[in-house]
Amino acid sequence: MGDTLAIALTNLTSPMVLFFALGLAAALARSDLALPEAVAKALALYLMLAIGFKGGVGVAAHGVDAKLIAALAAGAVLSALIPLVAFGILSLVSDLPRADRAAVAGHYGSISIVTLVAATETMKSLGLDYEGYLVAVAAVMETPAILTALWLAARGRKRDAAQEEENGSLFREIALNGSIVVLVGAFAIGLITGEKGLADIAPFIVDPFKGILCLFLLDMGVIAGRGLRAGYRSLTPAVIVFGLTMPLIGAVIAAPAAWAIGLSAGGAALLLTLAASASYIAVPAAMRVALPEARPAIYLTLSLGVTFPFNLTVGIPLYAAIGQYLTG
Amino acid sequence: MQTYAKKRLEIIVEAPIQERLTALLDRLAVTGYTVLPALAGRGHSGEWSREGLVGGAGRMIVIVCLLDAERVDSVLEAVFSMVSRRTGIVSICDVQVVRPEHF
Repeated sequence: MGDTLAIALTNLTSPMVLFFALGLAAALARSDLALPEAVAKALALYLMLAIGFKGGVGVAAHGVDAKLIAALAAGAVLSALIPLVAFGILSLVSDLPRADRAAVAGHYGSISIVTLVAATETMKSLGLDYEGYLVAVAAVMETPAILTALWLAARGRKRDAAQEEENGSLFREIALNGSIVVLVGAFAIGLITGEKGLADIAPFIVDPFKGILCLFLLDMGVIAGRGLRAGYRSLTPAVIVFGLTMPLIGAVIAAPAAWAIGLSAGGAALLLTLAASASYIAVPAAMRVALPEARPAIYLTLSLGVTFPFNLTVGIPLYAAIGQYLTG
Repeated sequence: MQTYAKKRLEIIVEAPIQERLTALLDRLAVTGYTVLPALAGRGHSGEWSREGLVGGAGRMIVIVCLLDAERVDSVLEAVFSMVSRRTGIVSICDVQVVRPEHF
């Protein structure tokens, strides 16, 4: 317990969290602080490239084994199943329309890469090793949740041939969205080039990584604060409580899988982080195409304004503690 | 200078719909269109701004195309069927062009 509190305190006073808090406070105070859209996109791509590459190098060093396959399968199953749990809980505690419940559920089944990036930094600061292939698990977890969300939404409405036609091309767009292409591509390049490749580009992807993550989190804080300012009226107390507890439920669902696969303490913590995180890049865009009647004021505000800050401040240290407990 | 009457169709719509909408305009054999970024605004669905955003959700774009008056109804019907359930605005106004054969 004391260790968990110490980890939490260290995390809360890390530059990452403090820059996020600065952005959040600035947006809530109506400051004009903002990164241009192109800069924010470039920073996001940089983070995907760096974490993907380092993940690939990690796998190149340790080799491919059955654990990797099991982790990928577990990720896909978690992503498909967590929305069912989220949808059920929302149906019990809220009177949100079906489309909103399905869209929110999809966000919680899918993942937030930036939460994963922040968690890897926490693992490093705690001295916890993790399996590099969890980056690939993250990529696998992006899409199944969207399929489940669309299935949940479709169960409650008449067939819409035009929408179904649009959804057909949607899955290609999700699978090939820029973030995933860079993440998976950089993973493959890291896998091929290994430690030598990493040494070649370390001044670009290792040394500046933390500083760029801080800048990106500053922007995320601004976006979260802006979302909260505009969307807080749309969230009932029960829905906010959902946004704070669903990450924990996702982590608890993932814990047996992490234990059964035999992940390291850091690896288990990262799988829990993935299961606990909620998407705010790929899934919102997919929902705007496939479920336009679902309100971004609900799902984006919950995902980015409630769950992301929770995971960044409280969740990640907790998942680190659970990871250490699971591995004895 | 001689000018000719045409119709200007302006569609303000969510960025994730852009590719679908331009593909629809292509299928309708619209001779040309221009896609513009929209910076920020406020409407029925609340405030929005493109600053700092990484994903497409939350961003808006503007698609502008010029049409011959005879084609407006057919294009408008198809466009409206795609955007009617979404956040956005579709408007039409009269304009004058100098090269009528382009539209």
